[in-house]
Amino acid sequence: MNTSHPTDLAYRVSEPQLQSACCQPQAHLTISQLSVRYGQKVVLSNVSLAIQRGCITALIGPSGCGKTSFLSSLNRLVGMVPGCSVTGSIVLDTDEILAANTDVLMLRRRIGMIFQRPNPFPLSIRRNLDMPLQEHGFKDKADRERRIEQALRDVGLWDEVSDRLDAPALGLSGGQQQRLCIARALVLEPEILLMDEPCSALDPISSGVVEDLIMRLGGRYTVIIVTHNLAQARRIANYTAFFWMQNHVGQLIEFGACQQLFEAPAQALTAAYINGIRG
Amino acid sequence: MKTMSPRRTHRLTDHVLATFVWLTALSVAGFFCWLLVDMVSQGFDRLSWDFLTSEPERSGRRGGIAPMLVSTVAVLIITFVVAIPLGVATAIWLSEFTRTQSRPAVAIRFSLDVLAGVPSIVYGLFGSAFFCVWLGMGYSLLAGGLTLACMVLPILIRTTEAGLAAVPADWRQGASALGLTRWAALRFLLLPAAAPAITAGLLLGIGRALAETAVLLFTSGYVDRMPASWLDSGRVLAVHIFDLSMNVTGGDKAAYGTALVLLVLLLLLNGLAMALTDRWLARRIVQA
Amino acid sequence: MSPSRAEAWLSRSLAWVAGSAVALLALIFLFLITESLPALVDGHWLRFFNSSGWFPSAGEFNLWPMLLATVLATLGALVLAVPMGLASAFFVSFCAPPRLADMYQRLLMLLAGIPSVVYGLWGLTVLVPMIAEVAPPGASLLSAILILAIMILPTVALTSDAALRAVPVSYWRGGQALGLSSQTILLKIALPAARTGIFTGILLATTRALGETMAVLMVAGNVVQVPGSLLDSVRVLTANIALEMAYATDAHKASLYVSSLLLTLVVVMIVALGRRLEARS
Repeated sequence: MNTSHPTDLAYRVSEPQLQSACCQPQAHLTISQLSVRYGQKVVLSNVSLAIQRGCITALIGPSGCGKTSFLSSLNRLVGMVPGCSVTGSIVLDTDEILAANTDVLMLRRRIGMIFQRPNPFPLSIRRNLDMPLQEHGFKDKADRERRIEQALRDVGLWDEVSDRLDAPALGLSGGQQQRLCIARALVLEPEILLMDEPCSALDPISSGVVEDLIMRLGGRYTVIIVTHNLAQARRIANYTAFFWMQNHVGQLIEFGACQQLFEAPAQALTAAYINGIRG
Repeated sequence: MKTMSPRRTHRLTDHVLATFVWLTALSVAGFFCWLLVDMVSQGFDRLSWDFLTSEPERSGRRGGIAPMLVSTVAVLIITFVVAIPLGVATAIWLSEFTRTQSRPAVAIRFSLDVLAGVPSIVYGLFGSAFFCVWLGMGYSLLAGGLTLACMVLPILIRTTEAGLAAVPADWRQGASALGLTRWAALRFLLLPAAAPAITAGLLLGIGRALAETAVLLFTSGYVDRMPASWLDSGRVLAVHIFDLSMNVTGGDKAAYGTALVLLVLLLLLNGLAMALTDRWLARRIVQA
Repeated sequence: MSPSRAEAWLSRSLAWVAGSAVALLALIFLFLITESLPALVDGHWLRFFNSSGWFPSAGEFNLWPMLLATVLATLGALVLAVPMGLASAFFVSFCAPPRLADMYQRLLMLLAGIPSVVYGLWGLTVLVPMIAEVAPPGASLLSAILILAIMILPTVALTSDAALRAVPVSYWRGGQALGLSSQTILLKIALPAARTGIFTGILLATTRALGETMAVLMVAGNVVQVPGSLLDSVRVLTANIALEMAYATDAHKASLYVSSLLLTLVVVMIVALGRRLEARS
């Protein structure tokens, strides 16, 4: 286990798990030749990698090299931006996500997303979780209540909010709001969780709590997390993908098991970034 | 909104400017009192239950305004039953289903702005030719209501759209990421958040509808007896006031009495609009 | 129906409904043009401005006196309402103690909601006799200007107030940090920053004044003449249409439609101007 920088010894909730590759790597999402364009501007070019089932994959790299666009392509949220076009192939198990006849609403049940800024709905805590369940067809009230409690327990919020489920969600603290957003994604029982810098808008303590939660989620869920915090990536990820801008276009430079990428990167650029020389 | 105003920390102390400002405020307030006093002193003694429930006599110098009240309410019902669904639907389409800069959206917004500014007399002419003649409704409450709906639509659409546009983008993104349909997002988040704007549009619309005289003169007619059906002609309160003051000598007092009734109706409808939007929409969300 | 198909259905139905708004405008224009056409093709368009007067039975349709009356009444109303409206906005935001400011704002909203026919009634029974005592006949350009000013003042005041409130607090703080006085910040920083919103409000008030029919009809006297002074009776275009449309036929009717078309075109220009200004800001 390599020693981390002094700065991230400031706070640890628990012992870091073994950041090794999964025992039996099994591709969950296979991305081939993915390119994303906004109008004329190409932001991501020819990205190919395989996301392994049950593992935590970190996407690292400086701002602007397409990590968020990559993430948003996976649940086709990137289509919300006008003029955006995505080419290539993304295969979830055996289904092609980018196909025209994909049921996007169903896709987003299987792939959940957590954003950088917590965005709970202006509803009560209970309604934040209950409404998506109802909309996705869960008619039985007892069943929904059970799922809500389970999700809140999973994120560690149950003890904190079980007595005030009807209070406004916007009244929670930043860290609690983000955990609520994670619970809201979990309540739909997705297979994959996409996280776009989930801790960057939180204070260090809340950040640590959320980070711990993410680590607990690995194994049960496939997690893809964009992060600027290299130490965080090292702590929690099994695999890491390093993005960089080349010729004003985002590219995937290197992808591999986390330990191997951080200790013995194959590319000089990767080594330079990790050691803080570039970026 | 109030928190943004720097009124407590910045006071105008320049004498000339401050004097002008205070004088203006005093004149405006003074005018309002003058108007109110005139209206009440001239019209109040006309008000009675009889006034509200009986038919006019001697061209309105005596008797009551029951047929006018009925006509007014009937026309309003038609106006809003047509304008609210159409208006909200168009606003939703503009806000949620089009890109702001797309050609259709820009064309529609421009058309709406022009429609909102077109003189009401033009609507009167149009309504008369289109609803009364071409569609064969004749002078009727229905034609009047539909014409008013045309006038009120642009206002409703613009305010509702503005309200929807002001909703934080985060909520839309979060709803999409959860695989919620646009309709679900509208029902639970967007329309409730836009409720104050919708209310404002409704209030403006009600005000305009109640005030329109020329338009209704040309489409609903002048007849001062109780309308028998939607296709019957009828005289609304505003037209009655106009007739009493311009064409009936000695009709001033009755005109003022009618004006007071009109104002009370306005206040009641405003209260109703605010209560309903609050109950059906605004209550659905809780902002901390 | 699957949710995705329902979405598509929703999108299409809403598009149709929205399209009807454009259709309505197109219909109105089409209507105005078709009805005006007989008069427009009958002779040179200039005759609408240089005939001997407005004598429908003789076939003379000079719009100029009425157009002038409309423009003068509107301009006069603006000259009164804009400064007083701005002053009202200043009053609400900067001069009045909070409770008074609230009350005044509610007053403005109330005044904005009063139907124009009620203003006309008051003008006819109170204002016109007052003016008549000084200078008969009383029903004049002046009374039209005053009534219009009263009607559009709340609009100018409320939109200016909203525009001033929308000025970011950081502008105020920045000015304060530089040691500027409140007047200076208001007049040199906040007002310029809010000017688009204020100007849009003024344009809105202008379209309202241009389009006002009943109140002006009731107080302006309705004599077709070029006003020699403020105290002369005038007839504005909108009042003219309202008065004569009921019994007009053929050429007369078509000429009335020409005046409607003219008014509508002016409104289109004002709206286009407003958009240009907003786009620039």
